[in-house]
Amino acid sequence: MTYWDKEKECMPREQLQKLQLRRLQETVYRAYAFVPAYKEKMDQVGVKPEDIKRIEDISKLPFTTKQDLRDNYPFGLFAVPMSDVVRIHSSSGTTGKPTVVGYTDKDIDTWSELLARALYCSGASKHSVVQVSYGYGLFTGGLGAHYGAEKIGASVIPTSGGNTHRQIMLMQDFETTELMCTPSYALFMYEVMREMGINPSELKLRAGIFGAEPWSENMRREIETKLGIDAYDIYGLSEIIGPGVAIECNKKAGLHIGEDHFIPEIIDPETCEVLPEGEAGELVLTTITKEALPMIRYRTRDLTTLNMERCECGRTHARMAKVLGRSDDMVIIRGVNVFPSMVESVLLNIPGVEPHYLLVVDRKGNLDELEVHVEVSEQVFSDEVRKMESLGLQIGKELESALGIAVRVRLVEHKTIERSEGKAKRVIDKRNI
Amino acid sequence: MAKQISVFLENKVGRLAHVTRVLGEAGINIRALSIADTSDFGILRIIVSDPAKAYQVLKDARFTVSETEVIAVQVPDSPGGLASVLEQMTEQELSIEYLYAFLGTKGDDALVIFKVEDISRARKIFNEKGIKFLDENTLYKL
Ligand SMILES: [Zn+2]
Repeated sequence: MTYWDKEKECMPREQLQKLQLRRLQETVYRAYAFVPAYKEKMDQVGVKPEDIKRIEDISKLPFTTKQDLRDNYPFGLFAVPMSDVVRIHSSSGTTGKPTVVGYTDKDIDTWSELLARALYCSGASKHSVVQVSYGYGLFTGGLGAHYGAEKIGASVIPTSGGNTHRQIMLMQDFETTELMCTPSYALFMYEVMREMGINPSELKLRAGIFGAEPWSENMRREIETKLGIDAYDIYGLSEIIGPGVAIECNKKAGLHIGEDHFIPEIIDPETCEVLPEGEAGELVLTTITKEALPMIRYRTRDLTTLNMERCECGRTHARMAKVLGRSDDMVIIRGVNVFPSMVESVLLNIPGVEPHYLLVVDRKGNLDELEVHVEVSEQVFSDEVRKMESLGLQIGKELESALGIAVRVRLVEHKTIERSEGKAKRVIDKRNI
Repeated sequence: MAKQISVFLENKVGRLAHVTRVLGEAGINIRALSIADTSDFGILRIIVSDPAKAYQVLKDARFTVSETEVIAVQVPDSPGGLASVLEQMTEQELSIEYLYAFLGTKGDDALVIFKVEDISRARKIFNEKGIKFLDENTLYKL
């Protein structure tokens, strides 16, 4: 087992918690002193920085949400003067004001360290050729991955997203060993390889670190089989730091949260109560080393569980389960919570069916209806109507038993569902509620 | 035996036109055609002058395509001609998935394309019963 930073990654929990408490206290002091919005929120609930005496006291602090970032657009939550900010990233802001995040020099270093750990987990080293196919730019994916790969001394190919034919040509010619992109883009690359007549087994590619969207275990298997590589999950969000908040080790049994930099909690998204270890709920993260933009009890909207047990890999940092879904993506249909990832799992379990799908929710009269569009791949296509109809019925039946609501399946032509190079669009909600 | 090209089509305006355009531009002639329809999708089945090329150009145009083995039976072009062929098939318990008519003729006979469950058994029975069917090269050139 190789670790990038064994001392931190395998630190005994007692010692880790001491470190966390000290860093949490510092963070809260700084936020209270330098960020008026944090001071105001803490004053409202009557909490002072000195009230944080034990790690459990974190639950006394108010939550921070994406709305707080929007309300303080652009730099209102920064805790350092702009002269100390060396980098700014921002969301696209398609659903309102963009959320803006800033980094000091030290923050960039912390972030690079986290990605260096992730790359070591996947078996990468300075001998690696790492292709970064996350978008470079305002999105945190590209540059985040880039700095991590440089940190371990790998040769980095900053292809960014798009121009897939060229990406694959470079992958072949430069002998890429590790790929970093979204899981759906990895599958898209496979399809393009096939079109180009390239057999993935002839490539030097051995592992991929995939993130920026939720994906299932089944999708992992599909990527691993099709591309013939090891696929690792990476988790992050720009509000906290970007990709690298949690990383998967080679046991692939949950993602280690960088607990020397973040404190995770799981809450009930409705009541906001902190839930006991192991229960599923919304992940809440507090940054404890971030200088430019400290985030206190940030509600990620991602649903997962936490496991505090020491991992077989030797790391002591808490593991979060693969994200079950985003509460933003979640659609409530007739009172049932439906996550696109559930649909994906079902599809991948049906031989020959590919995980390219779209959920269309509509309201007919007073009744919500869910239609799932599924692409017909060559493997499942039959010239007989009867067989095609029974395929549709089978998918419908399995979706119904997994989701608990009636589903209408619509078979659509191959490659007609948009293959996004960033986050795949999985839901169209036509209801006017 | 003959090769039929089957294409999955969503029920959307212009999809069939697109298929025929792609084939036309590749210089491929459609010799027989049938569409099986449901409310959501259709399955287009065609016999063409060059099945291998048709398969490739349609695949390149991103259609979901497959090749299917069918059999082109010569049916006497007179009242009761098809009935007698079908009766003999029923007698032999040859199950038919579907059938459709060919646009051209072979001499005095009409041509009907059959998709059967067990194609080698069908050939054997047709030979025994004296039901004529075309080999593929003759069919594509008609
Ligand atoms: Zn581990």
